[in-house]
Amino acid sequence: MSGRKIGEVILDLKNISLSFGGVKALQDISFDVREHEIRAIIGPNGAGKSSMLNVINGVYRPQEGDIILRGVHHANMDSYGAAKAGLARTFQNIALFKGMSVLDNIMTGRNLKMKANMLQQAFWLGAAQREELEHRLKVEEIIDFLEIQHIRKTPVGRLPYGLQKRVDLARALAMEPQILLLDEPMAGMNVEEKQDMCRFILDVNDQFGTTVVLIEHDMGVVMDISDRVVVLDYGKKIGDGTPDEVRANPDVISAYLGASH
Amino acid sequence: MFYRENGQFKTSYKSDQQIFPIPQDRWLILAIVAFAFLGIPFMVDEYLFRAILIPFLILSLAALGVNILVGYCGQITLGAGAFMAVGAYAAYNFLIRVSGMPALGAILLGGFTAAAVGIVFGIPSLRVRGLYLAVATLAAQFFWDWAFLRVKWFTNDASSGSVSVADIDVFGWIVNTPTDKYLFCLVILVIFSLMAKNLVRGSIGRQWMAIRDMDVAATVIGIRPLYAKLTAFAVSSFYLGVAGALWGMINLGSWEPAAFSIDRSFQLLFMVIIGGMGAIAGSFFGAAFIVILPIFLNQILPIIGGLFGLEVSIALVSHVEIMIFGALIVFFLIVEPHGIARLWSTGREKLRLWPFPH
Repeated sequence: MSGRKIGEVILDLKNISLSFGGVKALQDISFDVREHEIRAIIGPNGAGKSSMLNVINGVYRPQEGDIILRGVHHANMDSYGAAKAGLARTFQNIALFKGMSVLDNIMTGRNLKMKANMLQQAFWLGAAQREELEHRLKVEEIIDFLEIQHIRKTPVGRLPYGLQKRVDLARALAMEPQILLLDEPMAGMNVEEKQDMCRFILDVNDQFGTTVVLIEHDMGVVMDISDRVVVLDYGKKIGDGTPDEVRANPDVISAYLGASH
Repeated sequence: MFYRENGQFKTSYKSDQQIFPIPQDRWLILAIVAFAFLGIPFMVDEYLFRAILIPFLILSLAALGVNILVGYCGQITLGAGAFMAVGAYAAYNFLIRVSGMPALGAILLGGFTAAAVGIVFGIPSLRVRGLYLAVATLAAQFFWDWAFLRVKWFTNDASSGSVSVADIDVFGWIVNTPTDKYLFCLVILVIFSLMAKNLVRGSIGRQWMAIRDMDVAATVIGIRPLYAKLTAFAVSSFYLGVAGALWGMINLGSWEPAAFSIDRSFQLLFMVIIGGMGAIAGSFFGAAFIVILPIFLNQILPIIGGLFGLEVSIALVSHVEIMIFGALIVFFLIVEPHGIARLWSTGREKLRLWPFPH
């Protein structure tokens, strides 16, 4: 992690509260994400980590709170707006397009950058053809980067779980995001797959300067790769800081290990 | 032996992105199209044109439209017949009400009118899906059935309720013999199939499939469901509208709303399910299965009966035909739920490796 310089605050979340009926998923949560850093969100099951991610990229609308993305207020972030603003994400339960090939899945990530109109596409003329080639080049770079050349024409439904996770990451990277949200990128993987995934996340962060916000359960991984960690429990923030600070935080210890009474 | 890819290396993405990246496929399709243009017109009689080939071409076109919506975008529709009807009646009205309107122009305008109507009836798809959407599109079917039967303006106040069109004229080419009609429909089908293939392999097609496979992920990636779904409805209805105009003006000549009843909608949906959802070739397989098989059974059953010394009456033939047809549909759906197109592509996969199993 050399040469990487953590910059200014790029994403600032202020007093976010989200509830579903009577269930308070998130209560008054504030934290910020700095440019180029790897920010982890951890917490026990049901702590509201995925809800937090869904709020950031507009899948859920918080009842209260403000999202400030590079100085711009997004009180009503929607998914499309989030995608346009340079946020990409992967999903906990892989949400790939099962009927399409790996290549097509990753190409959908380029969708926002493709401008050819329908008539051009229907006759495969001009901009349509040119764009398809340009973006294919970019997609192939990502395929190389994630080492999935051998499966590019395979329908994703046929791939093993670990590779599907990698394609999910590839699709998010194809958007060339400024902030990458990863929802449990290593869940269900074996040790080698986890190592690969860690390497990819660090490489993305290092080479492209992409800011990463990730949710992860594997504490070893989180403490190793993240710059700062925010800890949630029952929808409340109970800790925030560097891995060492968080590890020493008594609230965090009691949430994870149970308090001694 | 012949269907091999070894030694064929792609050196550019352009050559990898062709519609048929394998040269053998390309030559096969070219040969089929060439045969359809140059061979068939000299080989078959009028009955085959009227009973099989022209209906097959037009219904293939309609099935393509349904496949774009149902197979590629995942939006189920039971209103396909209505959009065909809109195309047919719109083309008819453009033809008789606008002086100097060329027939081809009227047919395309019929398609565009159907596309506009399709967008309107596609709006419920933004809120409901699956079976609920099927019921919502059923509304289109009932509404247009009613409108073309009761609103006399659409049928130019024809007293019998049926409308008719004289032989149509395409840039001086009077399309009146069965061969002409066949060739005219073939030209349109080839062009429209190419367009459909281009659409589904491009960015818009990926948007449709993304919405079909996982709509939340699609939205997060920056695909607007509104745009993707309504364009699918528009393109699908455009195809159906053109197919409807051809069905009325070329295949039937004079028609009533019953030509585009709910039976037609079901027939088209079955074609797509049996042929293969999400595969362009599936539309052709499905149309062939549904158009040709009943006629084939009709011809072959008395012969089979004759072999066993049985006298097969016409009534019996038609009953047995329906039974066998139904049984075959069930058989196909059990053997290959993804349709004949999948059977075809699995066969090709196997052939590429033959004689090795893996």
